[in-house]
Amino acid sequence: MGPSQMLRKFIVTVLAVFWLIVALYPILYLLFESFRSQETYLTGLPWLPPKHLYFGNYQSVLSQGFGIYFLNSTIVALVSLVMIIIFGMMASYAIVRLKGWVSSKVFMLFLAGLAIPIQAAIIPLYLLIFRLGLYDTLWAMILPSVAFALPLSILILVNFLRDIPKELYEAMMMEGIGTLGLLWRLAFPLSKPALTAVGIFNFVQIWNNFLFPLVLTNNPNLQTLPLALQHFQGQYTMNVPAIMAAVTLSAIPLIIAYIFGRRQLLAGMTAGFSK
Amino acid sequence: MQKQQTNQELATPVAARYARTSASVQSQRRNQWLALMLLSPALILFIMFGIGPMLGAAYLSVLKWNGLGSPVFVGLSNWIAYFHDTEALKSLWLTIEVMIFSWLIQTPISMMVGLYLAGRQRHRSWIGTGYFLPLLLSSVAIGLLWSYILNPNFGLVDTLMTNLHLKFLALDWLGSPRLALWSLVAIVSWQYIPFHSLLYQAGRRQVSESLYEAACLDGANGWQEFWFITLPQLKYTVVTSTVLMLTGSLTYFDLIYILTNGGPGDATNVLALNMYETAFNKQLMGYGSVMAVVIAVFGILLSVVMIRLTGFKNMESQAEGV
Repeated sequence: MGPSQMLRKFIVTVLAVFWLIVALYPILYLLFESFRSQETYLTGLPWLPPKHLYFGNYQSVLSQGFGIYFLNSTIVALVSLVMIIIFGMMASYAIVRLKGWVSSKVFMLFLAGLAIPIQAAIIPLYLLIFRLGLYDTLWAMILPSVAFALPLSILILVNFLRDIPKELYEAMMMEGIGTLGLLWRLAFPLSKPALTAVGIFNFVQIWNNFLFPLVLTNNPNLQTLPLALQHFQGQYTMNVPAIMAAVTLSAIPLIIAYIFGRRQLLAGMTAGFSK
Repeated sequence: MQKQQTNQELATPVAARYARTSASVQSQRRNQWLALMLLSPALILFIMFGIGPMLGAAYLSVLKWNGLGSPVFVGLSNWIAYFHDTEALKSLWLTIEVMIFSWLIQTPISMMVGLYLAGRQRHRSWIGTGYFLPLLLSSVAIGLLWSYILNPNFGLVDTLMTNLHLKFLALDWLGSPRLALWSLVAIVSWQYIPFHSLLYQAGRRQVSESLYEAACLDGANGWQEFWFITLPQLKYTVVTSTVLMLTGSLTYFDLIYILTNGGPGDATNVLALNMYETAFNKQLMGYGSVMAVVIAVFGILLSVVMIRLTGFKNMESQAEGV
């Protein structure tokens, strides 16, 4: 190793460590604060971990009815995911296996939908949800979430289904299984990797969505976590450790997923964007 | 006899072909019906809650309506008002600023981080674990976290800088009109760099190693390798990442809503925020819809221009495969 290479390596390492501090430290700060009592928050040194772990913030946040927001977020995310996966799979299968005028035109429509930003449709969406009598229901968040998730999900699934060899279908057709049977018994089970990616990607999007609950609900009991966090901050402006605990709790599913399946979570998050 | 036979011989294939065609036309029709049945749940939801509202925004933009009473048709007057509205135009300009600067900050850093993580250094995997942590938090969570980090009275930055005797860095980062936009661009970059690093890491891993081996034999140095191999090979990734960054910054809402709510004054009042304010706080559904359409058109134009400029044929090939 020559001196110039040594120097390069040194610079790269310094930059890498510097970036690690930038990326990681705010998250550490979040954890430090969430385990501090309010007195030590105001008197202690904020950049160091607390001397004693204090779990009171988590207790008080959970006793503030955070459970219900968790439940709302979970229902919205899971119901949306089931709909996205079933309807998305049906549509993608039709696009790949039942080629023709109908399926190709519909596919083009979904591709065009990739370019629609949620923000651009939120005003008519609000009026529509209101007209349909869905305002202040969990469906107000579920149905638009599904609609906006479908284009990219279908694109991912279509790309995956295209690669399933025709011979597999033909072999099953010999056994007298019809078109629909092939969808449930062959396409679905084989698409597990693509469905996992679609599931992860959309779970993260829906779990973190703020605009839908903000615009389409009003009832505090129907809040999902992001909106609940914002309200929580309004109420507890001065109790920073409690807010930090709430913020940490709101990310629990992703934190757990990160600990146990980091590779899959990260691959799912970029599904459809990296080839 | 012989003649008859020929006739029969001629007739049968023709008849058979007719029979075959009508059977295949029928099965083709049946297939399309089945396709429609399978497509309909996704299609109905998408038209009703996706494409429908998008077109609805264009329709609303020619109305004057508070969302409750009866709407009044006002033609293009909302549009004319918009292009004479200095506040709205400032918000458009702010959005473009955020777009440009967040791209300028995010792209080089994401590329460096991605290439670093795709390389062969030791400790890469645990360093990567730290790099991707911001991906776990929602925009709202990130907004709240940074509002306390940057709080001018008891926030992390303020206390730290005061203690380090760097008083000039203990500023009101979000509360002063001059700094707020820069702070936001920095926080947005902090939030999204991990995602784009992932894209670049994946992109770099797709590049065939034989290219680098060949370059090595030709005696290329690190810079030349990057310039003549890595960068051209990453073209697809750069385009994807850029389109996502630009359309993303066009629609930033959550984070800015939480951190500054467009303030101080209107220093960070970007398009999406301005639209939300106009439609839902001032109850001007029609005028807000003008802004919504501007967002949509801007976004679509950006994607199309980027894709055309780079001769990137992904969309066409997607469609051809059908």
